[in-house]
Amino acid sequence: MSDEITPELFSHLVELAALELSPEEAEYLRREMNHQLRAIHELASIPIDSDLPVASHGIPYTAAISAGSRPDEWHAFAEIEKLIAQAPETEEGYIVVPEIPHQDLD
Amino acid sequence: MDIIELSAREISQKVKRREISAKEVLEAHLSHIQAADGTSGSIGGGKATEPEKIHCFISLTVDRARKQAGAIDAKIAAGENPGLLAGVPATVKDIFCVEDTASTAASKILANFVAPYTATPVARMEAAGAVVLGKVNLDEFTYGSSSESSAYQPAPRNPWDTDHVPGGSSGGSAAAVAAHEGAISLGTDTAGSIRQPAAFCGVVGMKPTYGRVSRYGLIAFGSSLDCPGPLARDVSDAALMLKVIAGQDSRDATSATIPVSDFVSEMEKSIRGIRIGLSPDYFRITYFDAETGDLQELPLPDEIKSTVTVAAEKLEKLGAVIVDGIPMAHTKYGIPAYFVISRVEAASNLHRYDGVKYGYRTRDEVADLSEMYRKSRGQGFGVQPKLRILMGMYVSAAHYSEQYYNRALRVRSLIRRDFDEVFDSGGKYRINALLTPTTPSTAFRVGGVYGDSVLMQYADQLTVPANHAGIPGISIPAGFDNSSLPIGIQFLGPDFSEDLLLRLGRAYELATDTETWRTRKPAVVINKQSR
Repeated sequence: MSDEITPELFSHLVELAALELSPEEAEYLRREMNHQLRAIHELASIPIDSDLPVASHGIPYTAAISAGSRPDEWHAFAEIEKLIAQAPETEEGYIVVPEIPHQDLD
Repeated sequence: MDIIELSAREISQKVKRREISAKEVLEAHLSHIQAADGTSGSIGGGKATEPEKIHCFISLTVDRARKQAGAIDAKIAAGENPGLLAGVPATVKDIFCVEDTASTAASKILANFVAPYTATPVARMEAAGAVVLGKVNLDEFTYGSSSESSAYQPAPRNPWDTDHVPGGSSGGSAAAVAAHEGAISLGTDTAGSIRQPAAFCGVVGMKPTYGRVSRYGLIAFGSSLDCPGPLARDVSDAALMLKVIAGQDSRDATSATIPVSDFVSEMEKSIRGIRIGLSPDYFRITYFDAETGDLQELPLPDEIKSTVTVAAEKLEKLGAVIVDGIPMAHTKYGIPAYFVISRVEAASNLHRYDGVKYGYRTRDEVADLSEMYRKSRGQGFGVQPKLRILMGMYVSAAHYSEQYYNRALRVRSLIRRDFDEVFDSGGKYRINALLTPTTPSTAFRVGGVYGDSVLMQYADQLTVPANHAGIPGISIPAGFDNSSLPIGIQFLGPDFSEDLLLRLGRAYELATDTETWRTRKPAVVINKQSR
C-alpha cells in the first residue's frame, strides 16, 4: 500500500507546524500518520446524504440549556507581575523574543 | 476501620461530627502515599523505577493540603458548615490549573508553568471542603489510553497488578483512587479517559454530559469533546463529587444552564420499569489492521461479555426491563471519526505553546523567532502531541477538509442520531439507558501496546461514541477476569441523565454487595493493613 503522507508532504507539514524533529521521531510520526489515515479511510465507505448536517459538537445548543454569548468585556487581572513572570525572557515588564523574520511581499 | 479505607461520604460525615479531624485524615493518606506510591514522575525519570509501586503523582502539594485541612477543622470548631466534601482527600489530574501550583499537562513544554488561577471544578471542590493532595499523572496532554506517554516518568501503574497499565489518560486519577491514596479524583474524558482507566483499575468513573461541568481552567485537548468528571471507589462518592462540581459557570460559555439534581438522593430511587438496552454493536470491536489494511471484526472476550449479560439479569430482577438487539450501527466509526475530529481540535489548541508567554523555551542559540518556535516546540513536545498536531493540520487543510474533517463531522451526526433514535420516548426502542462493556479488554501490560497509536486508540472504541454524541456515561466495577484484573461495565444515557445512570450504578452495587469479588483489595492496601 502506498503512503499517503510522502516524505516531501511530511516535511511540508512539519514546517507548517513549527516543529523540529529528530530523524527517529520523523520516521515514527510519518509511519503512524499513514497507519491512522488507513483507519480514517473507513469513513469513506459510509453512505452520507448531502443534506446531513455536520456536528461540530454533540449536544444541540438551544436557549433552554445555554446562557448564550456573554458581553465582550475585558477584566483586569489583579496580579500582572505573576503573569509576566511566566514568560521565559522579560525585560522591564516586556516579553523578549528573538529577531522577528521579515519577508517582503511582491 | 483504617482511615484510608473510609469512603468520601464517611470521611465527610465523621469530620463534621468531629469523630475525626481533617488533619488526621490528611496525615493518614500522606503516610499511605509515602509507602505505596514511590517516586513521583519527573522529567528524565526512569520508566522502570520501582516497578512494584503505583507512581500516581507528579506533584504532592503537602503544605497547601495541610493549610486546607487546618481551615476545615477551624471552620468546624467555629460551628460553620465546612461543605459536602469536608476533609475529603482528593487528587487532581495534572491537566487542570490550580493556582500557584505546577500545572504541567505531563509535558516538558509546561514543566515550568505555575498556574495563575484555579479551574472551576477544582475551586468548587475546595470550596466544598475537599483537601487537594496534589496533581496526578496522565498521558502527555491526555493523549493516550495507558498513561505511558507522560513526560513524567515513572508513569502510573495498575494497583491490581503493577505489570499492567492503569489505563488513561486519567491513569493517575484511577490508580490513586484504587490504591486508596485519595478518596476521589478529578479527571477528564475526551474519548473515554475517565471511564477506561476506571474500568482498568476497578473504580467508578463518570463522564458527565458535555457542558454539565465547566471546562474553565482545563488545559484543552478536544474542546468539543472534553468533559471533566469524578473518579471514586463507589457510586455514592461519584454522585457526591458530581453534585459539587456540576453546574453553570459564567466563565465557560458551553456550560449548561440546566439545574443540578441532588444526585445523592436521586440514586437511591427504584429502577423498576427502567428500560435498559443491550446492543450487539457493543459486543464486538472493529479493528483496522494498519499494516495489512484489512478490516477485522473481533468478538469481545467471553469474560467481558458474560459480565455484562449477568449484570443485565441482576438489574432485570430488580424490575428493570432489558431490551436486547438495540442497533447502534455507527459505533464502529467512532474511532476513525475521532482520529480526525480530535486531531484537528488538538492541533488548534497546541498552537498556543510557542515559548514566548509561558512554558518551555529552547536554550539553544537561535537565529530568529521562527527557529525559536521550531526548537522550543520540537524539544518541548513529546511524540504524541507532535503526532496530533501533524495529523490535525493535514486532515483540516483546505485540500483535504471535505474528504476528512467535514466527513468526520457528518459521521458524528450519525453517531448522535443512533443515540437519539434509541432514547426517543416515542420511538421504536424507547430505552432509558444502554448497558455495555466499558472496554474491549482488561488492563494490558506495561509496554504491550504503547507506540502503536492505532491499536492504543482502539482501546476507546466502546467509550468514544458518548464523547461524539455529548451524552453522559458511567463505568462501574463488575468483577475480575481470570488474571485478577478488574472488568468494568458502562451505562450510557440521554443528555443530562446523570441521575439515572448513578441510580442504575447504585442498584447494581447493591445487587452485588455480598459477592466475594467485592471484598478484594489491591496489594498496596492489604500490605498497609499488615504494616
